[in-house]
Amino acid sequence: MMIKKENLIWIAIKTGLLSGVIAIFLCLIGMVEVFSKRDVIEHIITLGDFILLVSAVSAGVIAARAASNPDQEKQPLKNYLAGALAGLTTGILIVAFIGLSQTINLRSVFLSASPSLFKLLTFKGGTSWFWIYPAIGLASGVLGTTLFLLPEKFRQPITRAISITFLMALFSGLFRVIMINRAGSTAKLAKYLFGQTGLTLSGAIIFFIAIIVISMFWSARSKNLQEGFSRIPKRGQTSIRVAVYVLLAYVVIMLPQVSGPFIAQVVVIVSLYALMGLGLNITLGFAGLLDLGFVAFFAVGAYTVGLLTSYGIFGLQHIPFWVAVPIAVLVAMMFGAFLGLPVLGVRGDYLAIATLGFGEIVRLLAGSDFLAPFFGGPQGIIGIQKPCLGTLGEFLKVDVPRICNGIEFGGPKEIYYLAVASAILVAFIALRLQKSRLGRAWMAIREDEDVAEALGINLIQTKLLAYMLGAAFAGLGGAIFTVLVGSIFATSMQLIVSINVVALIIVGGMGSIPGVIVGAIALIGMPELLREVSEYRFLFYGAALIMMMLAKPEGLWPSQATLRELHHEDPGEDLEVASSQAKA
Amino acid sequence: MSILNIENVHTYYGNIHALKGININIEKGEIVTLIGGNGAGKTTTLRTISGLLKPRDGSVSLNGEDILKYQAHEIVYKGISMVPEGRGVFARLTVLENLEMGAFSRNSKEEVTRNMDRVFTLFPRLKERRTQVAGTLSGGEQQMLATGRGLMSNPTILLMDEPSMGLAPVLVELIFDTIQQINKEGTTIMLVEQNALMALTIADRGYVLQTGEIILSDTAENLKKNPTVQKAYLGME
Repeated sequence: MMIKKENLIWIAIKTGLLSGVIAIFLCLIGMVEVFSKRDVIEHIITLGDFILLVSAVSAGVIAARAASNPDQEKQPLKNYLAGALAGLTTGILIVAFIGLSQTINLRSVFLSASPSLFKLLTFKGGTSWFWIYPAIGLASGVLGTTLFLLPEKFRQPITRAISITFLMALFSGLFRVIMINRAGSTAKLAKYLFGQTGLTLSGAIIFFIAIIVISMFWSARSKNLQEGFSRIPKRGQTSIRVAVYVLLAYVVIMLPQVSGPFIAQVVVIVSLYALMGLGLNITLGFAGLLDLGFVAFFAVGAYTVGLLTSYGIFGLQHIPFWVAVPIAVLVAMMFGAFLGLPVLGVRGDYLAIATLGFGEIVRLLAGSDFLAPFFGGPQGIIGIQKPCLGTLGEFLKVDVPRICNGIEFGGPKEIYYLAVASAILVAFIALRLQKSRLGRAWMAIREDEDVAEALGINLIQTKLLAYMLGAAFAGLGGAIFTVLVGSIFATSMQLIVSINVVALIIVGGMGSIPGVIVGAIALIGMPELLREVSEYRFLFYGAALIMMMLAKPEGLWPSQATLRELHHEDPGEDLEVASSQAKA
Repeated sequence: MSILNIENVHTYYGNIHALKGININIEKGEIVTLIGGNGAGKTTTLRTISGLLKPRDGSVSLNGEDILKYQAHEIVYKGISMVPEGRGVFARLTVLENLEMGAFSRNSKEEVTRNMDRVFTLFPRLKERRTQVAGTLSGGEQQMLATGRGLMSNPTILLMDEPSMGLAPVLVELIFDTIQQINKEGTTIMLVEQNALMALTIADRGYVLQTGEIILSDTAENLKKNPTVQKAYLGME
């Protein structure tokens, strides 16, 4: 029994130390300081405070969980002891860190350990920090333990309320702008709920309570609602569905009008990444062919449109955007085949390296002095025509530069419609492809190439089609990107774009079409919206990927096959499928 | 009339001479077994027939037509189907989806339904488990699935690679009974096995392969009595 107790204390301290180290890490990379400029609840809690609090509270939760033994009866005291100890340790570690920083100059190594950080951490000087951190740590630990001990019925609404309120606070600027634009009582409400940054105290309380109420009501009634829905006759169900779609469509159409150009631009970028993601989802998600140079096809689409429509010196033609786009998609498909042919026999890791090389080659060639006479080299291609919807006569006119007398897709607010419509169209095509004969052939190749071939699937044709269709979608994305920016530079076709696309597919759920959209929103949209976060974007990517792999390896919105693979109830005696490699 | 004719086939893995001029002849309606130890070239022979490996020399003909000119995926359309070694089921797909994959080379819906019914009659177990993920089936069920998948293209000749591998004796017997049943229904079978006794029990004729060469060929009955076979493959003195 004694040994057990010691173990428990040690686990609690270890958890506390770990979360303390994380808290110190967040301070040292400058995140706490940057985030403290932004309020979660106006004048009360900043984002910087919030992340420190979260680390202490989660230490409490983890320690409390470690303290509970499912075989024994509940001993809340033990849980509280562990949770409080873990929280306290976190606090003490932060105190030690501040103390250390006052005796030696950390800044010679850690650039972000600035005097202003410590001014912040010590509450503008004084010595109160010496007891405040342990006290807050202790309280957080107790709070974490309480959260852990609460029955599921209460815990779920509370955690949900905390996280949604937090999200509301993060995106408060967004809601505020939308609501204030519409004058009158909405504007007054907005000022009541949202502060300059973050929520007002009353706003936070209102959201928190509202979400708890809705959440509890929902968990009590959702079953009834679902049953009620299934009891409505078929025709009624269809009309409800149609109504939901119409409402969604209305929101999508109206969004740029109420939100302004910034949000529209974010949605455009998300849609472009979604287009690339849907493309890579075909090669990687469906056919299982890892491509780390996917940005190359995006570049091909962008450059084709640029060369065909620019009225700058590199413009070869001045054809309208609408004619250039199908050509760009075709050229991207050709490049897909061009990449696909040499790497047909290459599998797995080797394929990743080969495609990585291809992506870099395309970028370097496009930006090289060698090809500068054609692609502008480092100067890029500028003066790209905006798409214009006008009369047919307008369409055929070839004066340079073209003056648009119809609807011009000039800024993000207009290109929004182009990008969103393309993403929806492509998602629909991908959905149809997934269910087609070709989709099944891709699936078979992903699972086992040799068996697939032995079943009558033409590997060469099927793989090439995967590369070509994936490239086509990315090419379309590139074409829209070009007119959004109005210029192309080889420097925007970095490797990191390809990596982002792979990451969003993994986070969303490999092989899942809704997953791609969710992944694009989570990995691309969120950091774009949160200016403070974008500085630490890659830290978040890394953390998000690791967390996903540990907690939800199937992705946010997984495909059926992945879900089954990772969560089957009864794995048979021999799960491993011996490769059909020749052994004879 | 012989439906499958393998003449003087030489297959290589890079520089390794795996098949050194083998001749095999299979008549319509037969069960022919190919026995031999590890590394004798049994799987290589099957992979050569199904087009996954291309021989450097020799000929493989089906119903008198040279099939070496076809790609592996085209050979399925000619009526040769393979049940790979180690089963090779698509672990993440359901039983039903696996079977549908087997019918990839068949376009007629009625034919697919007919073949599916046939498979479910042969393996009632698969029907019970049709919505289950293949990876969660037991070894025996996976073997049934692989065999069923091979039958979905309604082949004239079914190549089976080590169907008894890693299975309990009871299951081996069940699988071999089914092989006989499939044969009775009119499918010619070429069976590669390390379990020589079982294979020779159900087969009409057999070939003994040793380091890439056929050292013996006879009726199954005679092979069973052959002292060399008894000593090397049946574990008798």
